[in-house]
Order: sequence, then C-alpha cells, then structure tokens
Amino acid sequence: MTRDEIRQAVVRVLRDVAPEVRPDAIDPSADLRDTLDLDSVDFMNFVVGLHAALGVDVPEADYPKLASLDDCVRYLAAKRGE
Amino acid sequence: MAEFRMPSLGADMEQGTLVEWRVRPGDRVARGDVIALVETEKGLIEVEIFTGGVVESIVIEPGATVPVGTVLAMIRGDAESSPAEPLPTPPPAAAEPQHPPAAPPRPPPSTPAPHVRVSPLARRIAAELHVDLATVRGTGDAGTITKADVERVVAEHTVAAAAWAARAGVRDHQASMRKVIAAAMARSKRDIPHYYLATQIDMGRALSWLAAENAKRPVSTRLLPAVLLLRAVALAVREVPEMNGFWIDGEFRPGPGVHVGVAISLRQGGLVAPAIHDVDRKTIEELMRELLDLVKRTRAGVLRSSEVSDATITVTNLGDQGVESVFGVIYPPQVALVGFGRLVERPWVVDGTVAARSVVMASLAADHRASDGHRGGRFLAAIEHLLQTPEAL
Repeated sequence: MTRDEIRQAVVRVLRDVAPEVRPDAIDPSADLRDTLDLDSVDFMNFVVGLHAALGVDVPEADYPKLASLDDCVRYLAAKRGE
Repeated sequence: MAEFRMPSLGADMEQGTLVEWRVRPGDRVARGDVIALVETEKGLIEVEIFTGGVVESIVIEPGATVPVGTVLAMIRGDAESSPAEPLPTPPPAAAEPQHPPAAPPRPPPSTPAPHVRVSPLARRIAAELHVDLATVRGTGDAGTITKADVERVVAEHTVAAAAWAARAGVRDHQASMRKVIAAAMARSKRDIPHYYLATQIDMGRALSWLAAENAKRPVSTRLLPAVLLLRAVALAVREVPEMNGFWIDGEFRPGPGVHVGVAISLRQGGLVAPAIHDVDRKTIEELMRELLDLVKRTRAGVLRSSEVSDATITVTNLGDQGVESVFGVIYPPQVALVGFGRLVERPWVVDGTVAARSVVMASLAADHRASDGHRGGRFLAAIEHLLQTPEAL
C-alpha cells in the first residue's frame, strides 16, 4: 500500500467516525481531536476503524502518535513496514 | 390485526415523515425488528415493531408526513389473540401528506452486461430489493456476483440515502432540533424542582485497572473510563431505585429497566441522549461495544425508536470538553441526571499522606418531587463506592 492509499484509508475511517467532516477541510498537520472536535468515544471508533481497514492494532500508549493526519500516515506506514 | 402507528418518540413530537419501508406486504416480522425509517426533529429514526406477525398491508407511503398515532401499516399477529402494540399512542388522526420530499434516487432495475455471471440467489435478492445488477461488482469466482455483493450495495445505498436525507435537511434539522431541546428544557425548568449535589470521586484505582486491562486487550475490546462510569450509575440505581424512572401524573413510576440515556452533543449543533438498554445487566465489554456503536450511529444521524424514547435516567459526560463539573437539566419525565466532568490530577489524602490522584467531579441533578437530598447523597456515594472496585463492575 502506498502512503497515498494509507492516507485515503485514514480519511475514510475518519469520515465514518465523523460523517460531517469534509475531507478537503482536514489540515494534514493539525491535531485531529482538537480541530475535528472528536471526543474519546469517537477517537476509540477511529482506532478500531484503523485496525479494521489497515490491520494495525495501535496500543493505547501510541495514541499520541496519531495526533494529525500526517502523523497517522507516518505511524501506520511504519507499522505496516511500508 | 395489529396497527403499526407513527410512534411518539418523545413528549414533544407531533408528527413524523415516513422515509422508507424496510418491509413489504407478506414479510414476516419479529418483535424488535426495524421495519421503517422515519424522519423527526431528532433526525432519522429506525422504528422497531413491538409485535410479531406478518405485514398485511402498507397504509402510508414514503414521503408522507403524518401525525403521531397515524396507522402506518397493518400487521397480522402470529396468534390473533396476541396483545396489540403496547406503544402509548393517541387516537389516530387523518393522514395529511405534506410536500413529500423526493425519494432517494434508486437506479431502475436492469440486467448486467451479458458476460457478467450472477448467482441465482444474488439474482433473486437483487430483484426483490430493486438493485441494478449493472452497479454491482462481483467478488465471487471469475467475478461472479454473489449474495454478499448485492447486500453490500444495498447497505451502501441505505447509508447514502440516510446521509442524503440528513444533508438535504441539515438547516431545517438544526432549527427543529433546537426547538425540541428548547421545549424539553423549558418544561424541565418550569415543572421540575431540581436539587443539585456533587462530590469528587477518586478514580485512581479505576484508571490503573483500566490501563492494565487495556494493555492486555486488542483494540476491539479496549475500554474507556466512560463505560465504567455508566456501569457504576446503573448499579447504584439498585441501591437508590427512586433515581430511575419517571414523574408522571403526580407520582413516581419506576423505570421498567435501567436504560441509561447517554448525552451526545452533535458537532453540527444540538444534543441527543439515546438510551443503552439494561445497563445493569450487561457486561462491561457489551456496554463498550454498544457505546461505540451508539455514538457512531448518532453521528451518522440514524437512531432506533427504542433508543430515543426509552431512557429512564441520563448521564452527561462533559469531561472531553475540558470542564471540571456539570450540573445538568433533567430530561422530563425522567427524575435524575448524573454529570461527570474532566478527569483531573489533584492532591488527595490517602492513608494520612498527600498523593497526586486522578479525580472526577460527579454531580446529580434530581427531581425533588421524587426524592430528597439525603437519598441523592446515598446515590452519589454508591457510585463512588462502586468505582473503587472496578474489577467488579
């Protein structure tokens, strides 16, 4: 999977958790929880969705590494060995 | 013969728009099945049926806006002596279709290109559900379209239709949801003599237990503090049952179960508090799954009728918004609302020495007609006590 494909998958999961979010309105370097106003349940759904979409089980201790969209892509690509 | 009527999904609902039937005449239905999609001020609601039987006839077509209590369909009961639908409904009024919105677009049925193979079962299901096979991508052997492929397209269509409907009416929805909240909250403050109590609860044990559990668990079964709080409230109700139920016609009526309404604020504005049923009788894992699912469906704008109408007590958790305490407004006719603020580290005296502990402010807004401060205090104390043994929750 390319980084672009990972990015698209992350955006799909985000849209599933927060359907009102417009993909083109996501600032890739901004904190997702802050800018999209995700609560702890939304964030948990996001992490569960990432696992289903990309097969990466993110441990709780690594949640801070999923802060922005860019962070998510970097972290997930590394975990997938890509 | 039972009548399936436009349900009352809250005291302030007067009418609803039938968006879609999930059944057709001749279909067998069981109690609890979702059989129709209805649009209300609270958004799209999947309406469940409370009797089993066979759909005899559809009375109201999609697009019609009808008053609460209007007969929507006739159901032939499994045994004609079976009890009729127990939903409290006013006498039926005449149906008055008002500006039916256009139905979500659905492609006309057609046949796929000749080289595409379709399993017989998939073909039959596609015909029944009016799915155009040309729009289905086959994932079976040699690209054969299977039953699962057809069902996937149907699911996507349903979600798209719901999203479409929600988008089309987003401005209207916000305005009407604001009105519903205004009416309920004004009624609450006018009629309910609230009293308020609060206490700080040490969450040290609960959070240590959670961290240790979550380190062992795969992401799909990991737990959030919110689920421990919900469970503690539900179990505390066993000790102080007068917090769980309704004040109706000058008297307290106990809830038929412990159905905890979870206040969820919508990012586009507004608030809903759908219920998780029987919180006192479910495992913590079941509750976590249901909470995740409930919040996701609330965000997508599709809830079930039993979820929007059954709550017997409400919990609001404003910790994520950063506030330390919240004193809620009771959702009538309920008699209590429990609020939790943000988890904060505070100096805390444990065994005679000061230590840093995570604490949460728990508050209770309760109806003074149904209970007194003494009992309310017992209730908060029970919640605190339960949270000290998280492994038993």
